[in-house]
Amino acid sequence: MSVTTFGALLPAVPLLAGLTGLLLPPSPRGAAIGEAAARRVAATVGIAGAAGALALAVALLVTLDGPAESSTTWIELGGLTVTLGVRLDGAAALVAVAVTTVALAVQIYSTGYLRQGPPEEPDHRYPPYAAQVSLFTAAMLLVVVSGDLILLLVGWEVMGLCSYLLIAHDRRLPEAPAAAMKAFLVTRVGDVGFLLGIALLGVSAGSFRIADVLTHDHGTTTLTAACLLLLAGVAGKSAQFPLHTWLPDAMAGPTPISALIHAATMVAAGVYAVTRLWPIFEATPTALVVLGVMASVTLLLGALAATAQDDIKRVLAWSTVSQIGYMTGALAVGSPPAALFHLLTHAAFKALLFLAAGAVIHAVGTTLMSRMGGLRRSMPVTFWCTVIGLGALAGVPPLSGFWSKEGVLAAAEQAALHGDGPAPAWVGWLVWLAGLVGVAVTAWYATRLLLGTYFGAPRTPLARPPHDPPAVLRWPVLALAVPAALLGLAGFPGWFSRQLQATLPVGPDVVSDLLPPDALIHLTPTVLLPLALLVIGAGLAWVGWRRGGGADPVAALGPLRPVFARAFRLDDVQHTLVVRTTTAIARAARTADERVVDGAVTGTGRAVGALGGRLGVLHRAALPRAAAAVLAGALLIGLAAAALIGATA
Amino acid sequence: MNVGEFLLVSVLAVPALGALAVAATPRDRAARIVGTVAAALTLVAAASLVAGRNAAWSTYAPQDAAGAVRPWHSIDLPWVPGLELRFHLGVDGISWPLVVLTALLTLLCCGYSLWRVPGGGDGRALVALLLVVEVGILGTFLAFDLVLFFLFFEVVLLPMYAIIVGWGGDGTDPAALDARRRAGRKFALYTLFGSVLLLVGVYVVVAAAGTADIVALTGGTELSRTTQLAAFTLLALAFAVKSPLWPLHSWLPDAHTQAPTVGSVLLAGVLLKMGTYGLIRVAVGVAPEGARWAAPVLGVLAVAAILIGSLVCLAQSELKRLIAYSSVGHMGFVLLGVATLTATGIQAALIGNVAHGIITGLLFFLAGAIKDRTHTGALSELSGLRETAPRLSGLLAFAAVASLGLPGLAGFWGEAFAVVAAVESGGALWTTLAVLAAIGGALTAAYLLRLLRRVTHGEPSPAVAALGPKLAGAELVAWAPLVLLALAVGLAPTLVLGVAEAPVEALVGVVAR
Repeated sequence: MSVTTFGALLPAVPLLAGLTGLLLPPSPRGAAIGEAAARRVAATVGIAGAAGALALAVALLVTLDGPAESSTTWIELGGLTVTLGVRLDGAAALVAVAVTTVALAVQIYSTGYLRQGPPEEPDHRYPPYAAQVSLFTAAMLLVVVSGDLILLLVGWEVMGLCSYLLIAHDRRLPEAPAAAMKAFLVTRVGDVGFLLGIALLGVSAGSFRIADVLTHDHGTTTLTAACLLLLAGVAGKSAQFPLHTWLPDAMAGPTPISALIHAATMVAAGVYAVTRLWPIFEATPTALVVLGVMASVTLLLGALAATAQDDIKRVLAWSTVSQIGYMTGALAVGSPPAALFHLLTHAAFKALLFLAAGAVIHAVGTTLMSRMGGLRRSMPVTFWCTVIGLGALAGVPPLSGFWSKEGVLAAAEQAALHGDGPAPAWVGWLVWLAGLVGVAVTAWYATRLLLGTYFGAPRTPLARPPHDPPAVLRWPVLALAVPAALLGLAGFPGWFSRQLQATLPVGPDVVSDLLPPDALIHLTPTVLLPLALLVIGAGLAWVGWRRGGGADPVAALGPLRPVFARAFRLDDVQHTLVVRTTTAIARAARTADERVVDGAVTGTGRAVGALGGRLGVLHRAALPRAAAAVLAGALLIGLAAAALIGATA
Repeated sequence: MNVGEFLLVSVLAVPALGALAVAATPRDRAARIVGTVAAALTLVAAASLVAGRNAAWSTYAPQDAAGAVRPWHSIDLPWVPGLELRFHLGVDGISWPLVVLTALLTLLCCGYSLWRVPGGGDGRALVALLLVVEVGILGTFLAFDLVLFFLFFEVVLLPMYAIIVGWGGDGTDPAALDARRRAGRKFALYTLFGSVLLLVGVYVVVAAAGTADIVALTGGTELSRTTQLAAFTLLALAFAVKSPLWPLHSWLPDAHTQAPTVGSVLLAGVLLKMGTYGLIRVAVGVAPEGARWAAPVLGVLAVAAILIGSLVCLAQSELKRLIAYSSVGHMGFVLLGVATLTATGIQAALIGNVAHGIITGLLFFLAGAIKDRTHTGALSELSGLRETAPRLSGLLAFAAVASLGLPGLAGFWGEAFAVVAAVESGGALWTTLAVLAAIGGALTAAYLLRLLRRVTHGEPSPAVAALGPKLAGAELVAWAPLVLLALAVGLAPTLVLGVAEAPVEALVGVVAR
């Protein structure tokens, strides 16, 4: 099989699993036997789809010895070509492996996790759940391999739909439907820009094939407008300020879904799409400036919001917002390989953290850290996995996150000090300083999470003593701990970093020069700076915890705590400015439509009716008046005839 | 008479004779079966129109005025020479998808009526009327003579009025009766007003050009600029009522809400397409200069329809009324595509037409199923459908998602490429329109998600709690083709546009001249 066949099959396999799963009969409510069978079949199909995709992704990674592309015309719309095709390079293959690994872990983990629920109301909707996870995976893989902007948009939006369906899955949470709707709508608002950006590029190039779009010589205005519009879509999907508001609420979804959305799909898609179209972004400093500002704001906003959350999943959600900020920051300073490297390590450690948090929630029955504590001894496996995950998140050497975050900071430092990024040097400074502050804040909240959950004394007595999760939950967590710990070492010069840096040449004779020549890891003396900040952040949290006698160090935030906890109240701003305004306009539009537009029509009808009635009354007359009217009419006609004859004669 | 001519005539004759046969069959159920068989035969004839087409006609040919419309088959017989009325039928890539869609939806409606006849009248008469409506719609799509086009356009009106008044509404109390009478009357009078304009427009063209042959008239070479402007204004107004284009839409919500399920499906699914088809084939084709002149106005109104339709839906509180209003927004995208007068835009309009027919047909079937079961359409009384009727809820979610234009499903192509066509047209006006239309796309998602949240999520309301999860076989049979088509057209838009590409290029060729 050729490489491109692997690429085309990659989304097809989970798609098939997903569609098959959707056709499975939903297991009948209360019928215990039928339900078990339906679950088993659904789980098997889901796991088989993810495993098949993983096998294909690995095969693709192994066989791919250079960029490859193949496409065929999908449809011609008045001279604009839309193609069906794949565009493969090392980055695509690596991201595909990350996506499928996390998807497989999630599929396996879900079979154990979603057994949860009170016995009087077991979850009978496992088959559609597993199918939607498969569809979600397929959509992300489509984004990863797609060689056409319209095809990419298909995966992009189907992913939004799947996130909507999966976030709304848990029917015991009253806030889940609202969170699901918010996730779809906020990303859809961003997609208004994404669609327009794609339209601009496609119309300008006469084709939506990525290769054609990248080789075409667009005007500067078109390019700037298109890149800025595309960034709106990227901000929506990758939860960047100001469209980040959906991500924390999306925690209403089941924990494995959070892992899927945060680690490998959805939020990664935006960053990945920018690396995919990097040559046009590189040529547009304006867009990169916007991206850099957006990244810095998001990075700090997410990190600060994470410090004051009590819900363990929300801490992780805000940390995702912040970490994606590092990736977009790396893009803004001109280093897609650094962004992709951080994307991959983040996929590993964030999936690990979510699945480990799921194990904790499974054991304790709550998501609130204020009701946890002291789980270190009772759940040692989960504890050590969380330590690895949090260490990677905070950037403790030699865990993966240290190396990739160091790569981002080094790129920003280069752009700041030497001004050799595609964007102005001040963007480099902005990203670098925000990134450094972010390191300290991240260390602080990671330490707080660890201390609050696993150390100290248990805060609430539990009916059953907490324990490490059963094997079906434990193994995915353990498996993810390996890359979370070690993936960073792959960033040393070698095969892995070559894969991330070898993208398709822009054109037949243009050699892409966007890439730094050497490894993803730069060990310079400045590495001591983030390390020092890391120690300061973690130390402050630890001191606060000790001084409070095992109390939550969040008290140190003082009056800022409620502000951070509500993420600077941006949700309220969005609600007031967008939601309430739109609703008010909608109501006004409905009233105007019914009263004015339809009122004019019914009013005309009524007026005509009334006029007819009145004329009818006039015609209903007694004999003398009728006779007089007839005679008068005859006289009038006679006179008119006479006048006419007189005039013509 | 060759095969093509035979097929053309039989597409109209089979449902017409079928209607007579249904009316003549004494037993109610047998009559409905006869009607369904007739509808099935019509679908076979309509679908096979594509098979015998002359390959040479469907490919590009040298541009000349007479070649702007190159029907696959045509039949041309004199009828009333004094009125310039000829029995001139033809089919090409622009009309064929709509012909098949009409035949399919009528068949599904007849089949559905085998299983359930809405209260109010007997099923025999309903099926006969459905077939008469089908004759009118198919005739409109097939007519290649302006006067004949007008005749068929009018045939639809009264049977549809009868369907709304006879079988529509909910309940038999005087208030409900009055509501559906009012809706029916409004529908008939409003569209009759449009028809008067159409009649005047047709005779303005016929008088000026001395012929009513659409094939000869396309390109507008026979008409002076003034005539074209006048003709286009009249024709466009007439079709704008039917499509409907904001602000001439207010007959639609009442008619669609009051009509029985099968009536709503036909109304939204194909009746509206007579307007957009007429706009493309007759108004733009016959008076291209007028079209160029009026295009900005048409574009602005189309975008107004998208935005206002979506906003009204966002504040709507009744299920069927919401879906009815959503048609205003969706047809706005179709009209925006036409208004750009580019090949991209007109192709987007054609596929948008078909996709809207499929998806909104499905939505009305589902809304009807929900209303029949719960006896209410108020969104405040519906919730938690996924708990008690997961399949119905899943299908509703699918239809809603298709309707909001999810890429990969049928609705996407028409809406996205109407926006692309507006971007392609360039300039400040069209770029603004593209941006506003794209925002309308987000609003569309907002109201459909609101609908889903209200109806499917949450705790089951008392009306919903009593539902069982079962779907009737007839329902599945009626809905499955629409579900599959929404998916198939989304994945392979060539199904619709493959045949349309050449005629659209030819049409745009004469319009742009």
